[in-house]
Amino acid sequence: MSYKLTTDNINVWYGNYHALKDITLKIRPNTVTAFIGPSGCGKSTFLRLINRMNDYIDGFRMEGQVLIDEKNIYSKRVRVEELRKEVGMVFQKPNPFPKTIFDNVVYGLTIRGVTDKRVLAESCESSLRQAALWDEVKDDLKKSALALSGGQQQRLCIARTLAVKPTVILMDEPASALDPISTAKIEELISELKQNYTIIIVTHNMQQAARISDRTAFFYLGELIEFDSTVNIFTAPKEERTQSYITGRFG
Amino acid sequence: MNNRLKNNLFKYWAIACTLFGIIMLGVFLVNIFVDGFGRLDWVFIKYLPSRKAENAGIYTAVMGTLWILGLTAIIAIPVGVAAGIYLEEYGKKSRFANILEINITNLAGIPSIIYGILGLEVFVRTAGLGSSLISGALTLSLLILPVIIVATREAIKAVPKTIREASYALGASKWQTISEQILPAAGGGIVTGVILALSRAVGETAPLIVVGALTYVPFVPQTPMDQYSVLPMQIFNWISRPEKEFAVNAAAAIIVLLIITFVMNGTAIFLRNRWQKKVKW
Repeated sequence: MSYKLTTDNINVWYGNYHALKDITLKIRPNTVTAFIGPSGCGKSTFLRLINRMNDYIDGFRMEGQVLIDEKNIYSKRVRVEELRKEVGMVFQKPNPFPKTIFDNVVYGLTIRGVTDKRVLAESCESSLRQAALWDEVKDDLKKSALALSGGQQQRLCIARTLAVKPTVILMDEPASALDPISTAKIEELISELKQNYTIIIVTHNMQQAARISDRTAFFYLGELIEFDSTVNIFTAPKEERTQSYITGRFG
Repeated sequence: MNNRLKNNLFKYWAIACTLFGIIMLGVFLVNIFVDGFGRLDWVFIKYLPSRKAENAGIYTAVMGTLWILGLTAIIAIPVGVAAGIYLEEYGKKSRFANILEINITNLAGIPSIIYGILGLEVFVRTAGLGSSLISGALTLSLLILPVIIVATREAIKAVPKTIREASYALGASKWQTISEQILPAAGGGIVTGVILALSRAVGETAPLIVVGALTYVPFVPQTPMDQYSVLPMQIFNWISRPEKEFAVNAAAAIIVLLIITFVMNGTAIFLRNRWQKKVKW
């Protein structure tokens, strides 16, 4: 079975700070991978490496390779805009644009020059359905996205990401700003999306990682300490530091 | 002295300072209105200037002011907004941008008559534009550019980083992110800054004296190359005359000028409030 994402000896610096050290891992398609670890351990940095969102940070420097479908995404021939069509991202805080719900969902299409009203409407509906938001907003598509609740806004952000038809979806603590019911909806959604997408999620919530992920990676101080099936990580970790972290002895 | 006393003392001191400004402004307004309101009528606005105070009107000066306002807006808005976008979005890290930034902040503090001297040398003489509307508008554009640039940058800075990230993450290019997300969200702040800058330009006299605005213009300018007068020039001229009747004319003209700036500032506040309602995070 082939891998969707492979990284090979990734090192990242922010100025003089060595943020990621020799990260090598492989992720299979149609799986949910959780990145866990204490704050500042590099898990978000690593996530943002996969759609090149770190490119905008001053002093960012990287060595090593990130391959998606065996293509190096940091090669000079890769256009970042094309890469991000392939690799979508959902952020920690819901960040809808101050536009209508409809305009939010189809933004990724309109910036690529899609103007056909029917295509846009179809994409809007199917994306909102996939994000389990359609029934709640189908009569309010022209309303401002900022009028939605936090949980709805986050599902809108997921719908907006799906509309571009990525193959990989990165999620940076997507439920940390939401109430438990909204969180449950997002988690349910992630399990469904797995059938069609490869999902990588950063989370501080270890129960969440245990519930939704197939494999879990534990980061600590910029190193990948352990990467194994979620069951193994949570029941029989090989590393002592993993054991200490998941049992709450530090973090 | 206990804390409560200090607290009260400071509060009353602050109130006194605020009242000082407001009362001075009030005295000035009352004074002007008492002097000039009786003189103000439609005829005063429609009449051309005249040697006789009772026949004199401000028509050409108002038209000159509108011309200057329009031309300055056409020149200064695109240049100022584009420069603000460059400094905030593109040139952020370079040393060149740093030097520019310091200089722009300094430019905002230069006395306006210096801009007049610059305009005289560059636009009137070197470029050969003469004492025309376009020379005046170019000079005033230089004067208000720093204000527009700084306002644009502040407005862009106020747009949350998360919006920018969301746009990039969906595959938008830098320009798409700026034009589709940043500028619409920053629009309120930019428009407010632009209007305030223009209302400053409307009231400027010193640089226009230097670049050759006339004090007596018996005709309405037809093209940007024509000579002109503006309201502050007209007021300046009338006030410096010995006859008392002209002082009344000046007061009436000041009321018109005040109304113009008041309307502009009001529009700025209105637009800002409306935008804030539309764009909320």
